[in-house]
Amino acid sequence: MRKKLNYKRMEGLQGYVFILPWIVGFIAFTAGPLIFSFAASFTNYNITSQMDFIGFKNYENLFTADNLFWTSLYNTLYYVLFSIPLTTAGAIFLSALLNQDVPGIRFFRTIYYLPAVLSGVGVYLLWMQLLDPGTGLVNTALGWFGIPGPNWLFDPDWTKPALIFMKMWSVGGGMLLYLASMQGVSKSLYEAAKIDGASSWQQFRFITIPMITPVIFFDIVTSLIGGFQIFQEAYVMSNGEGGPVNSMLFYNLYMWKKAFESFDMGYAMAMSWILFIIVFLITIINLKLAPRWVHYEGEER
Amino acid sequence: MEEVEMAAKKRDEERVASAPAYFDNIHTKRKLLSLINFILLAAGSLLILSPIWWMISTSLKSMAEVMTYPPTFYPHEWNWGNYIKTWKAAPFDTYAINTITITMLVVIGSVLVNSFIAYGFAKVPFKGRGILFAIVLSTMMIPGFVTLIPQYVLFSKLQWINTYYPLVVPAFFGSAFFIFLLRQFYMTIPNELIEAAKIEGASHFRIWWTIGLPLTKPALATVAIFSFNGAWNDFLGPLLYLNDENLYTLQLGLQVFKGEMNTQWNYLMAGSLLVLLPVIILFFFFQKYFIQGINLQSGGK
Repeated sequence: MRKKLNYKRMEGLQGYVFILPWIVGFIAFTAGPLIFSFAASFTNYNITSQMDFIGFKNYENLFTADNLFWTSLYNTLYYVLFSIPLTTAGAIFLSALLNQDVPGIRFFRTIYYLPAVLSGVGVYLLWMQLLDPGTGLVNTALGWFGIPGPNWLFDPDWTKPALIFMKMWSVGGGMLLYLASMQGVSKSLYEAAKIDGASSWQQFRFITIPMITPVIFFDIVTSLIGGFQIFQEAYVMSNGEGGPVNSMLFYNLYMWKKAFESFDMGYAMAMSWILFIIVFLITIINLKLAPRWVHYEGEER
Repeated sequence: MEEVEMAAKKRDEERVASAPAYFDNIHTKRKLLSLINFILLAAGSLLILSPIWWMISTSLKSMAEVMTYPPTFYPHEWNWGNYIKTWKAAPFDTYAINTITITMLVVIGSVLVNSFIAYGFAKVPFKGRGILFAIVLSTMMIPGFVTLIPQYVLFSKLQWINTYYPLVVPAFFGSAFFIFLLRQFYMTIPNELIEAAKIEGASHFRIWWTIGLPLTKPALATVAIFSFNGAWNDFLGPLLYLNDENLYTLQLGLQVFKGEMNTQWNYLMAGSLLVLLPVIILFFFFQKYFIQGINLQSGGK
């Protein structure tokens, strides 16, 4: 008995050794920084000389005295509100097409997935060329149909649609997620529906969609968190400026400029906490709404 | 009662009688749908591939041809020399060596450390395991910039600015996503296997090294590829922490190159392609591990 107890304790100790790297990393790179950042958001911290407590001044200034804050929030919401429904619907549609028996299906899956693994400056440069009003492919192709293409990255009204357009190219990443889930739907459900005379569309609408709602939910939650953090493409494609006319000044880009260009660290950290709260509230709302439309197998509703 | 039964019987008889025609109809309809599906997929994949073709084609054109209007769809003259000129126009060898160094270290750290941590969470019982794992998962919801700014403060106080430490060291302390992914995989390994080794007197460290690591090779490959991609494509980290051009990575180098080349799209596309090439090659060779990562992800909900 005693030996067994000792063993249990020994085993427990081993467990902590296994997760020790994570604990150290969590304290040093996540929890510690979070605490520091929260405290510093109430100061005029500038990394070198000053760190005076100023209460809610940063938050107050953000909401009442900073137009660029609202611009960046608007830009980010615009991007999120359009890109997420489009990429979600696009990924579901694509995976429905790729979930069929057609010749070359493996090849098609590979092709559609490829853009999702490509990222970084190379891809942004490629899209800057594709969207170039004079020499780019997009306006050339539109020209074949007699459509005069917009000036994309040079026209403040078209910069955000351009980024959403670019995002659609890598819709294959979400597609794979849905495809895996569609392949897990029991064949007997479709067979039963066929006997009842359900059309392909009805099968898709009333069997496939409900069965994949858990993945739709997961996709929406994670893309919302990711969408609010759009930064790299906007930074590279606007040369770090967020132009033209601040139309690509997304929330994170503005925060970046405040933190690392003007070293207004306290202010930037206050911004980061507002973003955290927004993302947190949206995730909570999502979790609260989930039972209304997400269908989990084995659950009677 | 009888009437109802009669009616049902009659309906069944009618259904049987019309069955061949009904199935014929369904068959041709199905074939037609499959054909439409194939055409949609084929047209879509041309659309998906066209940017990549455009990048290759533009990279081989002369500058004069890039500027012709309307743009040509394939180069009249194949200027393979563009690639050599691009490579020599900036210190790309230095960038490449730097990127490879960072990427290698990040991949080694990610594979070993995350596997170690995940084993602890999956196979070693200890007090508070459930809560700690919930914390691991919840850190995935924190927007990156909330910790990025205070981390910068931390690293600058440690005199780590303009070194590779901020880019490499965190990889040796685990990442929530990889811990989650590997834990999912460990859960599929039967506990009997571990118990048997325990009875023979092996410690968990031994079991992890001799049984855990070899059995989770496919999942480790996924982690290796994802972390390779992450480090190779990382732009934000190097942008923030590296000032000295001798330390620049390919992503950062490409951004600088973009500024120097202005709109010399042929060189810019050649540079982009060279930077993207390792990822594209990796994708075609190890596609199944990319897909496995996605499947593990969606299996977790």
